[in-house]
Amino acid sequence: MINYLKNNPDNVSSWFFTHLWMSVLPVVIGLIIALPIGWVASRYRWTYPPITNLAGLLYTIPSLALFILMPSILGTKILSPVNMVVALTVYSLALLVRVVADGLNSVAPDIRAAATAMGFSGIGRFLRVDLPIAVPVITAGLRVATVSNVSLVSVGALIGVPQLGSLFTEGFSRYIPGITLLGILLCLALALVLDALIVLGSRVLTPWQRAVAKR
Amino acid sequence: MIKFESVVKKYPDGTVAVNGLDLVAPSGKITVFVGPSGCGKTTSLRMINRMIEPTSGTIWLDDQDTGKVDASTLRRGIGYVIQHAGLFPHRTIVDNVATVPLLLGRDKKKARSQAIELMERVGLPASFAKRYPAQLSGGQQQRVGVARALAADPPVMLMDEPFSAVDPVVRAELQDEFLRLQSELGKTIIFVTHDIDEAVKLGDQVAVLKVGGTLAQLASPATLLTDPVDDFVAGFVGRDRGYRALGFESGQLDPDTEQTVKLGDDAAAVGRAARDGWSLAVDDARRPLGWVRAAALAEGKQVTPELLHRGGTLAPVSGSLRGALDAALSSPAGRGVLIDDNGALVGTVTASEVVQRIESQLAGRRNGSDG
Ligand SMILES: Nc1ncnc2c1ncn2[C@@H]1O[C@H](COP(=O)(O)OP(=O)(O)OP(=O)(O)O)[C@@H](O)[C@H]1O
Ligand SMILES: [Mg+2]
Repeated sequence: MINYLKNNPDNVSSWFFTHLWMSVLPVVIGLIIALPIGWVASRYRWTYPPITNLAGLLYTIPSLALFILMPSILGTKILSPVNMVVALTVYSLALLVRVVADGLNSVAPDIRAAATAMGFSGIGRFLRVDLPIAVPVITAGLRVATVSNVSLVSVGALIGVPQLGSLFTEGFSRYIPGITLLGILLCLALALVLDALIVLGSRVLTPWQRAVAKR
Repeated sequence: MIKFESVVKKYPDGTVAVNGLDLVAPSGKITVFVGPSGCGKTTSLRMINRMIEPTSGTIWLDDQDTGKVDASTLRRGIGYVIQHAGLFPHRTIVDNVATVPLLLGRDKKKARSQAIELMERVGLPASFAKRYPAQLSGGQQQRVGVARALAADPPVMLMDEPFSAVDPVVRAELQDEFLRLQSELGKTIIFVTHDIDEAVKLGDQVAVLKVGGTLAQLASPATLLTDPVDDFVAGFVGRDRGYRALGFESGQLDPDTEQTVKLGDDAAAVGRAARDGWSLAVDDARRPLGWVRAAALAEGKQVTPELLHRGGTLAPVSGSLRGALDAALSSPAGRGVLIDDNGALVGTVTASEVVQRIESQLAGRRNGSDG
Protein backbone atom coordinates (compact mmCIF):
# COMPACT_ATOMS: atom_id res chain seq x y z
CA MET A 1 0.00 0.00 0.00
CA ILE A 2 2.69 2.44 1.05
CA ASN A 3 4.85 1.23 -1.82
CA TYR A 4 2.09 1.89 -4.30
CA LEU A 5 1.72 5.42 -2.96
CA LYS A 6 5.52 5.92 -3.22
CA ASN A 7 5.65 4.66 -6.78
CA ASN A 8 2.59 6.52 -8.08
CA PRO A 9 2.34 9.79 -6.12
CA ASP A 10 1.23 11.83 -9.14
CA ASN A 11 -1.47 9.38 -10.17
CA VAL A 12 -2.89 9.11 -6.69
CA SER A 13 -2.89 12.83 -5.99
CA SER A 14 -4.50 13.67 -9.32
CA TRP A 15 -7.15 11.00 -8.68
CA PHE A 16 -7.70 12.47 -5.23
CA PHE A 17 -8.34 15.95 -6.60
CA THR A 18 -10.56 14.67 -9.40
CA HIS A 19 -12.52 12.79 -6.78
CA LEU A 20 -12.73 15.93 -4.68
CA TRP A 21 -14.18 18.25 -7.30
CA MET A 22 -16.43 15.55 -8.71
CA SER A 23 -17.95 15.10 -5.27
CA VAL A 24 -18.28 18.76 -4.41
CA LEU A 25 -19.29 20.45 -7.66
CA PRO A 26 -22.56 18.49 -8.06
CA VAL A 27 -23.58 19.43 -4.50
CA VAL A 28 -22.93 23.10 -5.19
CA ILE A 29 -24.88 23.07 -8.47
CA GLY A 30 -27.57 20.89 -6.88
CA LEU A 31 -28.00 23.34 -4.01
CA ILE A 32 -28.23 26.34 -6.33
CA ILE A 33 -31.00 24.63 -8.31
CA ALA A 34 -32.67 23.18 -5.20
CA LEU A 35 -33.08 26.59 -3.51
CA PRO A 36 -35.71 28.00 -5.88
CA ILE A 37 -37.47 24.65 -6.31
CA GLY A 38 -37.49 24.04 -2.56
CA TRP A 39 -38.80 27.57 -2.07
CA VAL A 40 -41.69 26.86 -4.42
CA ALA A 41 -42.45 23.60 -2.60
CA SER A 42 -42.60 25.38 0.75
CA ARG A 43 -44.32 28.55 -0.48
CA TYR A 44 -47.09 26.80 -2.43
CA ARG A 45 -48.01 23.88 -0.23
CA TRP A 46 -49.85 21.91 -2.89
CA THR A 47 -46.62 21.60 -4.92
CA TYR A 48 -44.76 19.94 -2.03
CA PRO A 49 -46.01 16.35 -2.56
CA PRO A 50 -45.46 16.19 -6.36
CA ILE A 51 -42.06 17.90 -6.15
CA THR A 52 -40.70 15.76 -3.33
CA ASN A 53 -42.15 12.56 -4.83
CA LEU A 54 -40.51 13.28 -8.16
CA ALA A 55 -37.23 13.98 -6.36
CA GLY A 56 -37.55 10.70 -4.46
CA LEU A 57 -38.13 8.88 -7.75
CA LEU A 58 -34.97 10.36 -9.28
CA TYR A 59 -33.01 9.16 -6.30
CA THR A 60 -34.05 5.54 -6.90
CA ILE A 61 -32.41 5.35 -10.37
CA PRO A 62 -29.35 3.09 -9.96
CA SER A 63 -26.21 5.17 -10.21
CA LEU A 64 -24.38 2.97 -12.70
CA ALA A 65 -27.40 3.03 -15.01
CA LEU A 66 -27.54 6.80 -14.83
CA PHE A 67 -23.83 7.14 -15.57
CA ILE A 68 -24.19 4.91 -18.62
CA LEU A 69 -27.35 6.67 -19.83
CA MET A 70 -25.92 10.17 -19.55
CA PRO A 71 -23.95 10.26 -22.83
CA SER A 72 -27.04 9.37 -24.86
CA ILE A 73 -29.10 12.00 -23.01
CA LEU A 74 -26.47 14.74 -23.12
CA GLY A 75 -24.70 13.80 -26.33
CA THR A 76 -21.37 13.76 -24.53
CA LYS A 77 -18.48 11.32 -24.91
CA ILE A 78 -18.72 8.11 -22.89
CA LEU A 79 -15.61 8.93 -20.86
CA SER A 80 -16.38 12.63 -20.29
CA PRO A 81 -16.41 13.64 -16.62
CA VAL A 82 -19.42 15.83 -17.48
CA ASN A 83 -21.57 12.68 -17.45
CA MET A 84 -20.70 11.99 -13.85
CA VAL A 85 -21.06 15.56 -12.74
CA VAL A 86 -24.51 15.84 -14.27
CA ALA A 87 -25.63 12.48 -12.92
CA LEU A 88 -24.42 13.30 -9.42
CA THR A 89 -26.03 16.72 -9.65
CA VAL A 90 -29.32 14.93 -10.27
CA TYR A 91 -28.84 12.92 -7.07
CA SER A 92 -27.77 15.94 -5.03
CA LEU A 93 -30.69 17.91 -6.36
CA ALA A 94 -33.12 15.11 -5.59
CA LEU A 95 -31.88 15.01 -2.01
CA LEU A 96 -31.58 18.75 -1.46
CA VAL A 97 -34.96 19.83 -2.86
CA ARG A 98 -36.71 18.10 -0.01
CA VAL A 99 -34.14 19.35 2.51
CA VAL A 100 -34.51 22.97 1.39
CA ALA A 101 -38.31 22.74 1.44
CA ASP A 102 -38.30 21.17 4.90
CA GLY A 103 -35.77 23.71 6.14
CA LEU A 104 -37.91 26.60 4.96
CA ASN A 105 -41.00 24.95 6.45
CA SER A 106 -39.19 24.72 9.79
CA VAL A 107 -39.45 28.50 10.22
CA ALA A 108 -42.15 29.02 12.87
CA PRO A 109 -45.39 30.62 11.61
CA ASP A 110 -45.02 33.37 14.24
CA ILE A 111 -41.65 34.35 12.80
CA ARG A 112 -42.95 34.34 9.22
CA ALA A 113 -45.91 36.47 10.25
CA ALA A 114 -43.62 38.86 12.11
CA ALA A 115 -41.38 39.20 9.05
CA THR A 116 -44.36 39.96 6.83
CA ALA A 117 -45.70 42.43 9.37
CA MET A 118 -42.35 44.25 9.49
CA GLY A 119 -42.69 44.82 5.75
CA PHE A 120 -40.28 42.24 4.31
CA SER A 121 -41.17 41.55 0.69
CA GLY A 122 -41.12 38.00 -0.76
CA ILE A 123 -37.50 37.75 -1.82
CA GLY A 124 -36.26 39.86 1.10
CA ARG A 125 -37.97 37.57 3.55
CA PHE A 126 -36.52 34.51 1.82
CA LEU A 127 -32.95 35.81 1.88
CA ARG A 128 -32.90 37.56 5.23
CA VAL A 129 -35.25 35.53 7.39
CA ASP A 130 -36.32 32.12 6.04
CA LEU A 131 -33.02 31.00 4.50
CA PRO A 132 -30.75 31.92 7.45
CA ILE A 133 -33.09 30.13 9.84
CA ALA A 134 -33.14 27.08 7.54
CA VAL A 135 -29.33 26.86 7.46
CA PRO A 136 -29.00 24.13 10.12
CA VAL A 137 -31.49 21.86 8.31
CA ILE A 138 -29.97 22.57 4.91
CA THR A 139 -26.38 21.93 6.02
CA ALA A 140 -27.48 18.62 7.54
CA GLY A 141 -28.70 17.69 4.05
CA LEU A 142 -25.50 18.97 2.46
CA ARG A 143 -23.50 16.64 4.67
CA VAL A 144 -25.49 13.62 3.54
CA ALA A 145 -25.32 14.65 -0.13
CA THR A 146 -21.57 15.29 -0.03
CA VAL A 147 -20.62 12.10 1.76
CA SER A 148 -22.85 10.00 -0.46
CA ASN A 149 -21.30 11.68 -3.53
CA VAL A 150 -17.83 10.70 -2.37
CA SER A 151 -18.89 7.08 -2.46
CA LEU A 152 -20.92 7.41 -5.69
CA VAL A 153 -18.00 9.00 -7.55
CA SER A 154 -15.92 5.87 -7.03
CA VAL A 155 -18.53 3.85 -8.98
CA GLY A 156 -17.41 5.91 -12.00
CA ALA A 157 -14.24 3.84 -12.11
CA LEU A 158 -16.36 1.10 -13.72
CA ILE A 159 -17.04 3.36 -16.71
CA GLY A 160 -13.45 4.50 -16.86
CA VAL A 161 -13.42 7.94 -15.30
CA PRO A 162 -10.19 7.94 -13.28
CA GLN A 163 -10.43 8.96 -9.61
CA LEU A 164 -9.93 7.21 -6.27
CA GLY A 165 -12.33 4.49 -7.41
CA SER A 166 -9.64 3.49 -9.89
CA LEU A 167 -7.66 2.19 -6.89
CA PHE A 168 -10.49 -0.29 -6.24
CA THR A 169 -10.52 -1.60 -9.81
CA GLU A 170 -6.74 -1.70 -9.95
CA GLY A 171 -6.40 -3.48 -6.60
CA PHE A 172 -9.07 -5.91 -7.74
CA SER A 173 -7.58 -6.70 -11.14
CA ARG A 174 -4.02 -7.04 -9.78
CA TYR A 175 -5.07 -9.04 -6.70
CA ILE A 176 -3.41 -6.52 -4.36
CA PRO A 177 -5.84 -5.80 -1.48
CA GLY A 178 -3.45 -3.09 -0.21
CA ILE A 179 -4.26 -0.87 -3.18
CA THR A 180 -7.99 -1.28 -2.60
CA LEU A 181 -7.47 -0.51 1.05
CA LEU A 182 -5.56 2.67 0.13
CA GLY A 183 -8.55 3.72 -2.00
CA ILE A 184 -10.95 3.10 0.85
CA LEU A 185 -8.83 5.05 3.31
CA LEU A 186 -8.44 8.00 0.96
CA CYS A 187 -12.19 8.06 0.23
CA LEU A 188 -12.89 7.94 3.94
CA ALA A 189 -10.45 10.76 4.64
CA LEU A 190 -11.97 12.86 1.88
CA ALA A 191 -15.49 12.28 3.18
CA LEU A 192 -14.48 13.14 6.75
CA VAL A 193 -12.67 16.33 5.74
CA LEU A 194 -15.54 17.56 3.56
CA ASP A 195 -18.04 16.75 6.30
CA ALA A 196 -15.97 18.65 8.85
CA LEU A 197 -15.75 21.65 6.52
CA ILE A 198 -19.53 21.76 6.14
CA VAL A 199 -20.02 21.51 9.90
CA LEU A 200 -17.55 24.34 10.36
CA GLY A 201 -19.25 26.47 7.71
CA SER A 202 -22.60 25.88 9.33
CA ARG A 203 -21.25 26.96 12.71
CA VAL A 204 -19.87 30.16 11.26
CA LEU A 205 -23.22 30.92 9.61
CA THR A 206 -25.30 30.21 12.71
CA PRO A 207 -23.75 31.79 15.80
CA TRP A 208 -27.29 31.99 17.20
CA GLN A 209 -27.50 28.19 17.36
CA ARG A 210 -24.64 28.04 19.83
CA ALA A 211 -26.31 30.76 21.87
CA VAL A 212 -29.31 28.45 22.14
CA ALA A 213 -27.16 25.47 23.07
CA LYS A 214 -25.36 27.38 25.83
CA ARG A 215 -28.59 28.25 27.57
CA MET B 1 -57.45 57.26 13.16
CA ILE B 2 -58.28 53.76 11.94
CA LYS B 3 -61.75 53.23 10.54
CA PHE B 4 -63.41 49.93 9.67
CA GLU B 5 -66.24 50.33 7.17
CA SER B 6 -68.52 47.26 6.79
CA VAL B 7 -65.47 45.00 6.76
CA VAL B 8 -66.08 41.31 6.03
CA LYS B 9 -63.59 38.46 5.95
CA LYS B 10 -64.69 35.12 4.61
CA TYR B 11 -61.91 32.54 4.40
CA PRO B 12 -61.75 30.27 1.33
CA ASP B 13 -63.10 27.36 3.38
CA GLY B 14 -66.28 29.35 4.08
CA THR B 15 -65.48 30.44 7.65
CA VAL B 16 -66.80 33.94 8.22
CA ALA B 17 -64.24 35.36 10.64
CA VAL B 18 -65.34 38.99 10.54
CA ASN B 19 -68.86 39.97 9.60
CA GLY B 20 -69.63 43.58 8.81
CA LEU B 21 -67.34 45.36 11.24
CA ASP B 22 -67.88 49.12 11.62
CA LEU B 23 -65.62 50.83 14.09
CA VAL B 24 -63.38 53.83 14.61
CA ALA B 25 -60.15 53.70 16.60
CA PRO B 26 -59.37 57.34 17.40
CA SER B 27 -55.87 58.77 17.03
CA GLY B 28 -53.63 58.75 20.08
CA LYS B 29 -55.89 56.33 21.96
CA ILE B 30 -55.79 52.66 22.86
CA THR B 31 -58.64 50.63 21.37
CA VAL B 32 -58.83 47.09 22.71
CA PHE B 33 -60.37 44.19 20.76
CA VAL B 34 -61.52 41.60 23.24
CA GLY B 35 -63.58 38.46 22.84
CA PRO B 36 -63.55 34.69 23.09
CA SER B 37 -61.17 32.55 21.04
CA GLY B 38 -62.02 32.49 17.35
CA CYS B 39 -64.12 35.67 17.33
CA GLY B 40 -61.93 37.25 14.66
CA LYS B 41 -59.61 39.50 16.68
CA THR B 42 -56.41 38.51 14.93
CA THR B 43 -58.15 38.52 11.55
CA SER B 44 -59.44 42.05 12.15
CA LEU B 45 -56.03 43.24 13.28
CA ARG B 46 -54.21 41.69 10.32
CA MET B 47 -56.60 43.23 7.83
CA ILE B 48 -55.37 46.66 8.92
CA ASN B 49 -51.84 46.07 7.61
CA ARG B 50 -53.14 43.72 4.92
CA MET B 51 -51.45 40.59 6.13
CA ILE B 52 -55.00 39.40 5.47
CA GLU B 53 -57.05 40.98 2.69
CA PRO B 54 -60.68 41.84 3.51
CA THR B 55 -63.31 40.09 1.41
CA SER B 56 -65.28 43.32 1.27
CA GLY B 57 -65.42 46.67 2.99
CA THR B 58 -62.76 49.32 3.49
CA ILE B 59 -60.24 50.08 6.20
CA TRP B 60 -59.09 53.68 6.39
CA LEU B 61 -55.88 54.91 7.93
CA ASP B 62 -56.68 58.58 8.44
CA ASP B 63 -57.86 59.52 4.93
CA GLN B 64 -55.91 56.77 3.17
CA ASP B 65 -57.73 53.68 1.85
CA THR B 66 -55.34 50.93 2.98
CA GLY B 67 -56.42 48.77 0.03
CA LYS B 68 -54.88 51.29 -2.35
CA VAL B 69 -51.32 51.43 -0.93
CA ASP B 70 -48.43 49.04 -1.55
CA ALA B 71 -48.66 46.41 1.20
CA SER B 72 -44.97 46.41 2.21
CA THR B 73 -44.89 50.22 2.38
CA LEU B 74 -48.06 50.21 4.45
CA ARG B 75 -46.59 47.66 6.87
CA ARG B 76 -43.33 49.52 7.40
CA GLY B 77 -45.40 52.44 8.70
CA ILE B 78 -47.37 50.34 11.16
CA GLY B 79 -45.76 48.81 14.23
CA TYR B 80 -46.82 45.22 14.85
CA VAL B 81 -46.31 43.24 18.03
CA ILE B 82 -47.03 39.58 17.54
CA GLN B 83 -48.12 37.00 20.09
CA HIS B 84 -45.11 35.18 21.65
CA ALA B 85 -42.96 38.08 20.40
CA GLY B 86 -42.06 36.27 17.13
CA LEU B 87 -38.46 37.48 17.31
CA PHE B 88 -35.99 36.48 14.61
CA PRO B 89 -33.91 33.75 16.29
CA HIS B 90 -30.89 34.32 14.04
CA ARG B 91 -30.52 38.02 14.78
CA THR B 92 -29.14 39.69 17.88
CA ILE B 93 -31.52 41.67 20.06
CA VAL B 94 -30.25 45.00 18.76
CA ASP B 95 -30.71 43.88 15.15
CA ASN B 96 -34.16 42.54 15.94
CA VAL B 97 -35.13 45.94 17.31
CA ALA B 98 -33.56 47.76 14.35
CA THR B 99 -35.32 45.56 11.76
CA VAL B 100 -37.66 48.15 10.26
CA PRO B 101 -35.21 51.10 10.24
CA LEU B 102 -32.71 48.84 8.45
CA LEU B 103 -35.39 47.75 5.98
CA LEU B 104 -36.13 51.40 5.35
CA GLY B 105 -32.47 51.78 4.40
CA ARG B 106 -31.44 53.94 7.35
CA ASP B 107 -27.82 54.20 8.40
CA LYS B 108 -26.79 50.99 10.17
CA LYS B 109 -24.82 52.57 12.98
CA LYS B 110 -27.51 55.10 13.74
CA ALA B 111 -30.26 52.49 13.59
CA ARG B 112 -28.38 50.36 16.11
CA SER B 113 -27.68 53.16 18.55
CA GLN B 114 -31.34 54.17 18.37
CA ALA B 115 -32.30 50.55 18.94
CA ILE B 116 -30.24 50.47 22.12
CA GLU B 117 -31.90 53.66 23.37
CA LEU B 118 -35.25 52.07 22.67
CA MET B 119 -34.26 48.91 24.53
CA GLU B 120 -33.54 50.97 27.61
CA ARG B 121 -36.82 52.75 27.18
CA VAL B 122 -38.77 49.49 27.38
CA GLY B 123 -36.74 48.35 30.38
CA LEU B 124 -34.03 46.19 28.82
CA PRO B 125 -30.37 46.70 29.78
CA ALA B 126 -28.13 47.73 26.89
CA SER B 127 -25.93 44.75 27.74
CA PHE B 128 -28.57 42.50 26.10
CA ALA B 129 -27.86 44.06 22.69
CA LYS B 130 -25.52 41.31 21.50
CA ARG B 131 -27.59 38.43 22.84
CA TYR B 132 -29.89 36.23 20.79
CA PRO B 133 -33.61 35.90 21.52
CA ALA B 134 -33.22 32.37 22.89
CA GLN B 135 -31.06 33.81 25.67
CA LEU B 136 -33.89 35.98 27.02
CA SER B 137 -36.82 35.16 29.30
CA GLY B 138 -40.35 35.27 27.93
CA GLY B 139 -41.05 38.66 29.49
CA GLN B 140 -37.82 40.10 28.14
CA GLN B 141 -38.65 38.80 24.67
CA GLN B 142 -42.02 40.53 24.83
CA ARG B 143 -40.24 43.78 25.62
CA VAL B 144 -38.01 43.30 22.60
CA GLY B 145 -41.14 42.70 20.53
CA VAL B 146 -42.57 46.03 21.69
CA ALA B 147 -39.27 47.85 21.08
CA ARG B 148 -39.05 46.35 17.58
CA ALA B 149 -42.54 47.60 16.75
CA LEU B 150 -41.66 51.08 18.01
CA ALA B 151 -38.31 51.33 16.23
CA ALA B 152 -39.38 53.26 13.13
CA ASP B 153 -41.57 55.47 15.32
CA PRO B 154 -44.80 54.53 13.51
CA PRO B 155 -47.91 56.54 14.44
CA VAL B 156 -49.95 53.33 14.53
CA MET B 157 -49.30 50.18 16.55
CA LEU B 158 -51.08 46.86 16.28
CA MET B 159 -50.57 44.52 19.21
CA ASP B 160 -51.82 40.92 19.18
CA GLU B 161 -51.91 39.50 22.72
CA PRO B 162 -48.45 40.91 23.39
CA PHE B 163 -48.43 40.06 27.09
CA SER B 164 -50.25 36.74 27.09
CA ALA B 165 -47.30 34.37 27.33
CA VAL B 166 -45.94 35.57 30.67
CA ASP B 167 -46.89 35.03 34.30
CA PRO B 168 -49.37 37.41 35.96
CA VAL B 169 -46.74 39.39 37.87
CA VAL B 170 -44.63 40.09 34.79
CA ARG B 171 -47.78 40.79 32.81
CA ALA B 172 -48.92 43.45 35.27
CA GLU B 173 -45.45 44.99 35.11
CA LEU B 174 -45.47 45.04 31.30
CA GLN B 175 -48.96 46.55 31.29
CA ASP B 176 -47.96 49.35 33.65
CA GLU B 177 -44.88 50.15 31.61
CA PHE B 178 -46.91 50.02 28.43
CA LEU B 179 -49.35 52.60 29.83
CA ARG B 180 -46.49 54.82 30.96
CA LEU B 181 -44.87 54.58 27.52
CA GLN B 182 -48.16 55.35 25.77
CA SER B 183 -48.67 58.43 27.95
CA GLU B 184 -45.37 59.70 26.57
CA LEU B 185 -45.81 58.56 22.96
CA GLY B 186 -49.54 58.97 22.29
CA LYS B 187 -49.71 56.37 19.52
CA THR B 188 -52.87 55.15 17.86
CA ILE B 189 -53.03 51.61 19.18
CA ILE B 190 -55.20 48.59 18.56
CA PHE B 191 -54.56 46.01 21.21
CA VAL B 192 -55.94 42.46 21.02
CA THR B 193 -56.52 40.34 24.10
CA HIS B 194 -58.90 37.67 25.29
CA ASP B 195 -58.46 38.81 28.89
CA ILE B 196 -61.24 41.20 29.86
CA ASP B 197 -59.30 42.51 32.87
CA GLU B 198 -56.42 43.48 30.60
CA ALA B 199 -58.89 45.11 28.19
CA VAL B 200 -60.47 47.14 30.95
CA LYS B 201 -57.12 48.14 32.40
CA LEU B 202 -55.50 49.27 29.16
CA GLY B 203 -58.28 50.44 26.87
CA ASP B 204 -59.45 53.99 26.33
CA GLN B 205 -62.25 52.16 24.56
CA VAL B 206 -63.02 48.47 24.37
CA ALA B 207 -64.61 46.60 21.47
CA VAL B 208 -66.18 43.31 22.55
CA LEU B 209 -66.40 40.89 19.62
CA LYS B 210 -68.62 37.82 19.35
CA VAL B 211 -67.80 34.54 17.63
CA GLY B 212 -68.96 34.97 14.05
CA GLY B 213 -67.07 38.22 13.86
CA THR B 214 -69.60 40.81 14.92
CA LEU B 215 -69.19 43.75 17.27
CA ALA B 216 -71.20 43.25 20.45
CA GLN B 217 -70.34 46.53 22.16
CA LEU B 218 -67.93 49.40 21.79
CA ALA B 219 -67.64 51.45 24.95
CA SER B 220 -65.37 52.89 27.58
CA PRO B 221 -64.22 50.34 30.17
CA ALA B 222 -66.40 51.89 32.88
CA THR B 223 -69.51 51.75 30.69
CA LEU B 224 -68.73 48.18 29.74
CA LEU B 225 -68.65 47.17 33.39
CA THR B 226 -71.66 49.14 34.55
CA ASP B 227 -73.85 48.94 31.47
CA PRO B 228 -73.19 45.86 29.31
CA VAL B 229 -75.46 45.96 26.29
CA ASP B 230 -76.60 42.31 26.34
CA ASP B 231 -76.24 38.98 28.13
CA PHE B 232 -73.26 38.01 26.03
CA VAL B 233 -71.29 41.09 27.04
CA ALA B 234 -72.47 40.81 30.66
CA GLY B 235 -71.35 37.19 30.76
CA PHE B 236 -68.06 37.93 29.10
CA VAL B 237 -67.30 40.87 31.36
CA GLY B 238 -67.83 38.39 34.14
CA ARG B 239 -68.21 38.41 37.90
CA ASP B 240 -67.47 41.21 40.33
CA ARG B 241 -68.46 43.77 37.71
CA GLY B 242 -69.71 46.19 40.34
CA TYR B 243 -66.54 45.96 42.35
CA ARG B 244 -64.29 46.18 39.28
CA ALA B 245 -66.18 49.23 38.01
CA LEU B 246 -65.06 51.00 41.18
CA GLY B 247 -61.63 51.00 39.58
CA PHE B 248 -62.90 53.84 37.38
CA GLU B 249 -64.64 55.68 40.21
CA SER B 250 -62.58 58.34 41.85
CA GLY B 251 -63.93 60.42 44.67
CA GLN B 252 -62.80 62.78 47.36
CA LEU B 253 -62.28 60.90 50.62
CA ASP B 254 -61.76 62.58 53.93
CA PRO B 255 -58.92 60.64 55.53
CA ASP B 256 -58.44 60.60 59.31
CA THR B 257 -55.12 61.73 60.68
CA GLU B 258 -53.08 58.78 61.89
CA GLN B 259 -50.64 58.90 64.80
CA THR B 260 -47.53 57.07 63.68
CA VAL B 261 -44.56 55.32 65.21
CA LYS B 262 -41.06 54.63 63.91
CA LEU B 263 -38.76 51.65 64.07
CA GLY B 264 -37.02 51.75 67.42
CA ASP B 265 -39.91 53.38 69.29
CA ASP B 266 -40.75 51.68 72.56
CA ALA B 267 -43.92 50.02 73.78
CA ALA B 268 -45.11 53.15 75.53
CA ALA B 269 -44.96 55.19 72.30
CA VAL B 270 -46.81 52.47 70.43
CA GLY B 271 -49.47 52.37 73.11
CA ARG B 272 -49.96 56.12 72.91
CA ALA B 273 -50.31 56.10 69.11
CA ALA B 274 -52.54 53.04 68.89
CA ARG B 275 -56.21 53.16 67.97
CA ASP B 276 -58.19 49.94 68.48
CA GLY B 277 -54.90 48.34 69.51
CA TRP B 278 -52.94 49.02 66.28
CA SER B 279 -50.54 51.72 65.26
CA LEU B 280 -48.90 52.47 61.93
CA ALA B 281 -45.13 52.51 61.52
CA VAL B 282 -43.58 54.86 58.93
CA ASP B 283 -40.03 55.62 57.83
CA ASP B 284 -38.27 58.98 57.96
CA ALA B 285 -39.98 60.11 54.74
CA ARG B 286 -43.34 59.16 56.33
CA ARG B 287 -43.74 56.24 53.96
CA PRO B 288 -45.87 53.52 55.60
CA LEU B 289 -43.96 50.39 56.61
CA GLY B 290 -46.63 48.28 58.30
CA TRP B 291 -48.92 47.93 61.29
CA VAL B 292 -47.83 47.09 64.86
CA ARG B 293 -50.17 45.45 67.35
CA ALA B 294 -49.67 47.26 70.63
CA ALA B 295 -50.39 44.10 72.62
CA ALA B 296 -47.58 42.26 70.84
CA LEU B 297 -44.99 44.63 72.23
CA ALA B 298 -43.86 43.71 75.75
CA GLU B 299 -42.97 46.46 78.23
CA GLY B 300 -39.60 47.99 77.40
CA LYS B 301 -39.34 46.33 73.93
CA GLN B 302 -38.87 48.31 70.71
CA VAL B 303 -40.57 48.25 67.31
CA THR B 304 -38.59 45.97 64.99
CA PRO B 305 -39.23 45.05 61.34
CA GLU B 306 -40.22 41.53 62.39
CA LEU B 307 -43.16 42.90 64.37
CA LEU B 308 -44.71 44.67 61.38
CA HIS B 309 -47.87 43.35 59.69
CA ARG B 310 -47.59 44.22 56.04
CA GLY B 311 -50.85 42.76 54.69
CA GLY B 312 -52.53 46.11 54.03
CA THR B 313 -52.42 47.51 50.48
CA LEU B 314 -51.64 51.20 50.00
CA ALA B 315 -54.00 53.37 47.97
CA PRO B 316 -53.02 56.64 46.30
CA VAL B 317 -55.29 59.37 47.63
CA SER B 318 -55.89 60.55 44.06
CA GLY B 319 -56.63 57.00 42.89
CA SER B 320 -59.82 54.99 42.55
CA LEU B 321 -62.32 54.15 45.26
CA ARG B 322 -61.63 50.51 44.50
CA GLY B 323 -58.06 50.99 45.67
CA ALA B 324 -59.17 52.78 48.82
CA LEU B 325 -61.75 50.09 49.63
CA ASP B 326 -59.20 47.36 49.07
CA ALA B 327 -56.73 49.16 51.31
CA ALA B 328 -59.31 49.28 54.09
CA LEU B 329 -60.42 45.66 53.65
CA SER B 330 -56.86 44.34 53.56
CA SER B 331 -55.58 46.34 56.52
CA PRO B 332 -55.01 44.32 59.71
CA ALA B 333 -56.05 47.43 61.66
CA GLY B 334 -59.27 47.90 59.65
CA ARG B 335 -58.01 51.26 58.47
CA GLY B 336 -56.92 51.70 54.86
CA VAL B 337 -53.72 53.66 54.32
CA LEU B 338 -53.84 56.49 51.77
CA ILE B 339 -50.60 57.86 50.35
CA ASP B 340 -49.62 60.80 48.17
CA ASP B 341 -47.67 60.75 44.89
CA ASN B 342 -44.39 60.43 46.78
CA GLY B 343 -45.62 57.43 48.70
CA ALA B 344 -45.91 59.38 51.98
CA LEU B 345 -48.77 58.85 54.40
CA VAL B 346 -51.80 61.13 54.00
CA GLY B 347 -54.16 59.44 56.43
CA THR B 348 -56.45 56.44 56.84
CA VAL B 349 -60.04 55.57 55.97
CA THR B 350 -62.32 52.74 57.08
CA ALA B 351 -64.24 50.52 54.69
CA SER B 352 -67.54 51.99 55.78
CA GLU B 353 -66.31 55.51 55.06
CA VAL B 354 -65.35 54.43 51.55
CA VAL B 355 -68.64 52.62 50.99
CA GLN B 356 -70.56 55.67 52.15
CA ARG B 357 -68.68 57.78 49.66
CA ILE B 358 -69.42 55.26 46.88
CA GLU B 359 -73.11 55.11 47.76
CA SER B 360 -73.59 58.83 47.81
CA GLN B 361 -71.73 59.21 44.54
CA LEU B 362 -73.74 56.50 42.77
CA ALA B 363 -76.99 57.78 44.21
CA GLY B 364 -76.17 61.24 42.96
CA ARG B 365 -75.59 59.88 39.50
CA ARG B 366 -78.78 57.75 39.53
CA ASN B 367 -80.93 60.69 40.48
CA GLY B 368 -79.12 62.89 38.00
CA SER B 369 -79.63 60.52 35.09
CA ASP B 370 -83.26 59.76 36.08
CA GLY B 371 -84.15 63.42 36.09
N1 LIG C 1 -56.42 30.89 7.28
C1 LIG C 1 -57.63 30.56 7.75
N2 LIG C 1 -58.45 29.77 7.04
C2 LIG C 1 -59.67 29.43 7.50
N3 LIG C 1 -60.19 29.85 8.67
C3 LIG C 1 -59.42 30.64 9.43
C4 LIG C 1 -58.10 31.04 9.02
N4 LIG C 1 -57.58 31.84 9.99
C5 LIG C 1 -58.52 31.92 10.94
N5 LIG C 1 -59.63 31.22 10.61
C6 LIG C 1 -60.88 31.10 11.38
O1 LIG C 1 -61.43 32.39 11.53
C7 LIG C 1 -61.95 32.57 12.84
C8 LIG C 1 -61.29 33.77 13.50
O2 LIG C 1 -59.91 33.52 13.69
P1 LIG C 1 -58.95 34.54 14.43
O3 LIG C 1 -57.58 33.98 14.39
O4 LIG C 1 -59.16 35.89 13.89
O5 LIG C 1 -59.53 34.46 15.92
P2 LIG C 1 -59.02 35.17 17.25
O6 LIG C 1 -60.17 35.98 17.75
O7 LIG C 1 -57.75 35.87 17.02
O8 LIG C 1 -58.84 33.92 18.22
P3 LIG C 1 -57.73 33.64 19.36
O9 LIG C 1 -58.16 34.39 20.57
O10 LIG C 1 -57.85 32.17 19.56
O11 LIG C 1 -56.41 34.07 18.82
C9 LIG C 1 -61.72 31.26 13.57
O12 LIG C 1 -62.91 30.51 13.50
C10 LIG C 1 -60.63 30.59 12.78
O13 LIG C 1 -60.75 29.21 12.84
MG1 LIG D 1 -55.72 35.56 17.72
